[in-house]
Amino acid sequence: MKRYVLGKVVFAIPLLIIITFLAFGLNHLSPVEPAEAVLHAQGVPEITKELIAETREKLGMNDPFLFRYGSWLLDCLRLDFGSSYVTGLPVWSQLGPAFLNTLKLTLVSMAAIVGLSIALGVGSALREGRLLDKGIRGAAFLLTSMPPYWLATLMIWYFSVKLDLLPTSGMDAWQSYILPVAIITISYAGIYFRVIRSSMLGNLNEDYVLYARANGLLELLVTKHILRNSLQVAVSVFGMAIPVILGSTVVVENLFAWPGLGSLSVRAILSRDYPVIQAYVLILAVTFVFFNTLSDIVNAAMNPKARMDR
Amino acid sequence: MKDLVVSKLRIWDSRSGAALVEDSSFTVKAGKCLAIVGESGSGKSLTCRAIMRLNKAGLRQSGDIWLGDIKLTALTEKEIRRIRGTKLCLILQNGMRAFDPSSTIGSSVRETLAWHYGWSRSEMIGKMAKAMTAVKLDDYLRILNSYPHQLSGGMLQRMMIALAIVLEPEVVIADEPTTALDTVSQFEVLQQFALLRERLGCTMVFVSHDLGCVKKLADEVLIMKNGVIVEKGAASDIFHAPRHDYTRYLVTAKTSVNQHFRRLMGGDSFVFH
Ligand SMILES: Nc1ncnc2c1ncn2[C@@H]1O[C@H](COP(=O)(O)OP(=O)(O)O)[C@@H](O)[C@H]1O
Ligand SMILES: [Mg+2]
Repeated sequence: MKRYVLGKVVFAIPLLIIITFLAFGLNHLSPVEPAEAVLHAQGVPEITKELIAETREKLGMNDPFLFRYGSWLLDCLRLDFGSSYVTGLPVWSQLGPAFLNTLKLTLVSMAAIVGLSIALGVGSALREGRLLDKGIRGAAFLLTSMPPYWLATLMIWYFSVKLDLLPTSGMDAWQSYILPVAIITISYAGIYFRVIRSSMLGNLNEDYVLYARANGLLELLVTKHILRNSLQVAVSVFGMAIPVILGSTVVVENLFAWPGLGSLSVRAILSRDYPVIQAYVLILAVTFVFFNTLSDIVNAAMNPKARMDR
Repeated sequence: MKDLVVSKLRIWDSRSGAALVEDSSFTVKAGKCLAIVGESGSGKSLTCRAIMRLNKAGLRQSGDIWLGDIKLTALTEKEIRRIRGTKLCLILQNGMRAFDPSSTIGSSVRETLAWHYGWSRSEMIGKMAKAMTAVKLDDYLRILNSYPHQLSGGMLQRMMIALAIVLEPEVVIADEPTTALDTVSQFEVLQQFALLRERLGCTMVFVSHDLGCVKKLADEVLIMKNGVIVEKGAASDIFHAPRHDYTRYLVTAKTSVNQHFRRLMGGDSFVFH
């Protein structure tokens, strides 16, 4: 097991290097001259050739590519992502708090998604074809087919405006979490419970279930075995869901004015604020690799075969 | 020891209404071995599971099944659960898939024994060790600590037999226990079944699609085709004077396979005497 974990972590390193390289290279893929983008972002009225040359010199853009990549990478390790072209403030001073806010939203949602998916998936699998199963699948189909922004608007109108129970926006108290978390949870749990359900059904047909029952084991114990094997699939799916949700909170964050990465990244993209975009891409990618590695490790801890084969 | 009596068993698919096993009646005398033989899809597994009342929820069954004076088909779910494992033991075809892949063999086995008998850990290991040695699983500690994928199909098959030895059931139902194995392991497992009978004196239902396999073990043979019993009788009659065309076909098919095998092995025949 130790070797397996070590292998996974070591494998993540080249992956991270490639990712940082791509994030840094982004700047150079853009058709717009970076120095010009800086001047645009700062709202300079007239952009002359001399001004561009001067800016390039000032930002160190004339140094060789690899040299700049190297020093950028070293800076990144110290969470120094440069300064925003727009505000001139250090990128991390904006991105750090925003990242934390989004991470909080994501993790709370994730807990709700995991709980709900398991409950619904197990419930519907054990009652396959019966009323409960049909009800859950029907409701999930209905809710996941509604666009989130529409559902969110509906819920804001009902719970915040009509009943005046919950705040409409912001991130002031724990109540602020309820609506955004509900929206994210509905759209993901409606999909993920199906993973659990089908995995449970697959396991239900396995011989080991028949054999356990033939040995007279209590249905509760049999279900425990089925659940344990079904969750192995789910763990990787859930592990991968965290970065996906992290990167897709844009809609919800903008609807609820959540001060997170989603809102920040949209603003940065619109104003071509490259250092912020770079840092955003980098942080998402690193989180992706982190949770991917973590879910592999958790999966291996649960699945003896995966642990020993690789 | 008690007779196992199956009377007018009918199994059908509740959705389509299609009958899968039709009017099936037979008796296995206490301590005897009945072989159920038939090609794949003839309803052998459904019959086995019907006895244990373990068919899928979508399937229905009617008819009566008795174990001595216990009417299995009239028991509550809780009562039949107490009978499963203690009085009725099922042994499956694919040992590889019969154990939870995420648990060690030992923990799966312990779970069953603890539930039925509440033995302590060392008691269980003691009893398992004895039974496993009897089925030639000598390295029992290593095996108990292994996961299913680390063992061979033949070993896991013998593991199920060892568990049956410890559980000491009145009836052992073996659903094609030799089908997934190569010829050599088949031979060994068949020997183990013979020993199991000697040891427990249990009643046995032994399913196979290969008539040749059951020659040594069976006292009676029951031939199934498309969910219907086409012939049943004493093993010697079935082998020497088959009445039904399908049985004759199975007997000759078995002989020709055996001849082929003999030619491959270069002479001596591979049959049980
Ligand atoms: N759960 C089920 N639902 C519907 N049909 C089934 C089910 N299980 C088995 N059958 C059908 O019943 C027939 C007999 O199956 P089975 O008893 O497994 O055959 P075998 O003799 O090979 O063990 C097959 O034709 C199979 O398609
Ligand atoms: Mg079968």
